[in-house]
Amino acid sequence: MAEVLTRPAPARALRRPRIVARFGILALIVVAAAVGVLTWNVPGEPGSRAFWLAVNLRVVSVATIALVACCQAVATVLFHTATANRILTPSIMGFDALYVVMQTALVFFFGSSALSATDGLLKVVVQSVLMVGFATLLYGWLFAGRRGNLHIMLLVGVVLGVGFGSLSTVMQRLLTPSDFDVLSARLFGNLSNSDAEYLPWGALVVAVVLVIVWRARHRLDVLALGREASVNLGLAYRREVVGMLVLVAVLISVSTTMVGPMTFFGFLVATLAYQLAGSAQHRVVLPFAVLLGMATLLGGYFVLRHVFYAAGMLSIIIEFVGGVFFLVYLLRKGSL
Amino acid sequence: MISLTDVTMTYGDLTVLGPVTLDIPAGGVTALVGPNGAGKSTLLTIVGRLTTPTTGRVSVGGHDVSTTPGRTLAKTVSILRQENHFVTRLTVRELVGFGRFPHSQGRLNADDHAKVDEAIAFLDLTELSGRYLDQLSGGQRQRAYVAMVLAQDTDYILLDEPLNNLDMKHAVAMMGQLRRAADELGKTIVIVVHDINFAAAYADRIVALADGRVVHVGSPGDLMTSDTLEEVFGTPVEVRRDGPYPLAVYYR
Amino acid sequence: MIVTAPSSRKLGHRVALPAAAAGVAALVVLSLFVGAYDLTADAFGGEMFFISRVPRTLALVLAGCAMAVSGLIMQLLTQNRFVEPSTTGTSEWAALGLLVTVLLAPGAPLLVRMVVASVAAFVGTMIFIGILRRISLRSSLVVPLIGIMLGAVVSAFTTYLAVSTNSLQMLGTWFMGSFTSIVRGRYEVLWVVAIVVLLVFLYADRITVAGLGRDIATSVGLDHTRVMLIGTGLVAVATGVTTVVVGFLPFLGLVVPNLVSMWRGDNARANLPWVCLGGVAIVVVCDIVGRVIRMPFEVPVSMILGVVGSAVFITLLLRMRARG
Repeated sequence: MAEVLTRPAPARALRRPRIVARFGILALIVVAAAVGVLTWNVPGEPGSRAFWLAVNLRVVSVATIALVACCQAVATVLFHTATANRILTPSIMGFDALYVVMQTALVFFFGSSALSATDGLLKVVVQSVLMVGFATLLYGWLFAGRRGNLHIMLLVGVVLGVGFGSLSTVMQRLLTPSDFDVLSARLFGNLSNSDAEYLPWGALVVAVVLVIVWRARHRLDVLALGREASVNLGLAYRREVVGMLVLVAVLISVSTTMVGPMTFFGFLVATLAYQLAGSAQHRVVLPFAVLLGMATLLGGYFVLRHVFYAAGMLSIIIEFVGGVFFLVYLLRKGSL
Repeated sequence: MISLTDVTMTYGDLTVLGPVTLDIPAGGVTALVGPNGAGKSTLLTIVGRLTTPTTGRVSVGGHDVSTTPGRTLAKTVSILRQENHFVTRLTVRELVGFGRFPHSQGRLNADDHAKVDEAIAFLDLTELSGRYLDQLSGGQRQRAYVAMVLAQDTDYILLDEPLNNLDMKHAVAMMGQLRRAADELGKTIVIVVHDINFAAAYADRIVALADGRVVHVGSPGDLMTSDTLEEVFGTPVEVRRDGPYPLAVYYR
Repeated sequence: MIVTAPSSRKLGHRVALPAAAAGVAALVVLSLFVGAYDLTADAFGGEMFFISRVPRTLALVLAGCAMAVSGLIMQLLTQNRFVEPSTTGTSEWAALGLLVTVLLAPGAPLLVRMVVASVAAFVGTMIFIGILRRISLRSSLVVPLIGIMLGAVVSAFTTYLAVSTNSLQMLGTWFMGSFTSIVRGRYEVLWVVAIVVLLVFLYADRITVAGLGRDIATSVGLDHTRVMLIGTGLVAVATGVTTVVVGFLPFLGLVVPNLVSMWRGDNARANLPWVCLGGVAIVVVCDIVGRVIRMPFEVPVSMILGVVGSAVFITLLLRMRARG
């Protein structure tokens, strides 16, 4: 059998500088965008009360965006690793659908004013707890038991997600158009949904999760090899996967309760990160994905808010630009 | 020593393996042979704790595979299956490096790197060590997987059809390397092979399975007779004993 | 691991398919006679039968079969069980076509809208395949990945347009899977799907082999890339057209093929009729329930499918799991 001679991959030493450069550029974008959002065209006299009010609001925005980007990017990468499948997103497990059904039910039963009336830390905490609880039940019951089967668990998640979605649609159909408008604003990832009260708690939770994930980065590399390689190398496979999925649930619920569902963003960032990070190791991919997410979201927000005045469309614009970028990149590269 | 006690594997009401009670002594090369569907791979994956048997107990090197913590087992026994599709894109060196995970949990020190280099050299992969797996031929990839298992440096090594995809030269080299690992490093190697002649030439003992049961266990000298092989494989086999090892001829 | 049944079971298996087909046929006949309009009441009964009932039932069969089969094909071609027909992105193109029609020619009749949307779906398919051709299809994930990305780009644009023109709720209503408005003169575009399904059946063997991977396919003499493109194209057209005429039907493309292969293994050729029957049965049952549950009003099939289907599928999935 003839040996297949293929063009060898460029030596490690040559690839490195390119990757470092990309990291650098991303970090620069993040900082520049953050500074831009904070300082561009601040209304009022510098030093006046109005000035500081505006800056405070912007600080909250920047912090929220950074947090959300981090959550989505890390959650998606973790989900890909835990399921050894890169075509999925955490949203297929029904989190977003659960969130949508909760909001829709609120409007359906109590009218659109109920949405803003209940806003606050308590609501956010209740929603988060419900979402994480749902996820943990699902994973624990379906996957961690003796008859655990990842494939079936994912399918059940998908089915539940669609089930919730149908329930939401039933209720939405019966809403008045004005109620529907109020509701639909909540159903797209939208920064104005964010709640400053929740920010410090959310940040704390995410920080804890990130520490856990970072310390597990080598185990994650093994997990990505799939079940058989993981067991062979001594990982407690099921426990690790369930643990990771619960962390995914926590991250997604923090992000969703802060700004609403962002079904595609994490997937986009993760997919781009695998291509651009130059390595499959989590200690490279995770920071890269976080930086890429922040750069995209912060940069996009800056451009949309201060250049185009279309901030409400952020997630839509990101999907569009990100998708085009990915396709162009793939076409130029010729392969995945 | 590997011992299986009353091991069976059933799916629904279909028994794929068992009951099997078998002891494989430590040291040397043991080959599992048999026709398709005989249960060889199932047996191997049960020993390697990738599959949980329906009944029975398995212990490897004194450790019960169902109760011993995964990390301890990973330093005692390693297993490689035929189909390996990875989602992530790895280079040869990265893949082989994973073999050190049970020992160093991902932080490779100088000793680990030395073992990785050794394993890569052992399988003749040094020039290819920087290439991505998807840039290799099937045979080269196969050698990379075996190198990973070798780097894991366990006393017991289980390989499911390691000679698949290998050309003549590399198949012989692989068996030679496994033989050396058994002789010089004292490892216990259990392999599933399709080619009975490789088993006869290199194994210390052969376990023949058919229809989910163990039908014969013995050294090549004992097992390689026309009658035994015809019984196991269900096809006429002639055995020539005029060379350094028994040769089965069944091609026409 | 595929385990073949002992031969004593073969007879049972051989009658299973015809029996199931007969059962589904009975359901179809039932569907022809269920509805708010009493067919025997007046002279128009016979005409109504052909204006409303027959087209509706035909649409059910076509849509159910097409979506389930499309799911099977996508999963085969990508060697990934979680890929849906919607990952070809053509429904998004159909939505764009529809929106543009509504915005540019608000007075256009329904059939015109459907045709334009279907053409848009077809154009989207061509673009999708055009992109695929320029990319090495070595990894099985390339097809759904590109489909998802392309779909996202198009859907983002459509959403932007819809939000700016206040048409979002209208889009949502149109694309909610429902057979209510299926009458003669409003569904004929769906027959394209029948041709697609027929082609799929004829092409099934080649798709199965392509699904085994590039290496095996090539060694058997199959042009892997060509089969991928044709298979994807068939799925894309079927999905796009079905979405235009009927709306989005959840579950069919993903869960039905998965259930069938969990039960019977992964032989695509053998599974194809079962997947088809399964899709038809589910859709017909849900539609009948939708017609009956709040007579004379109708609940759209996608809602019934979504809510009831969830419960049914989860039960089935859990039973599969219990079997081990």
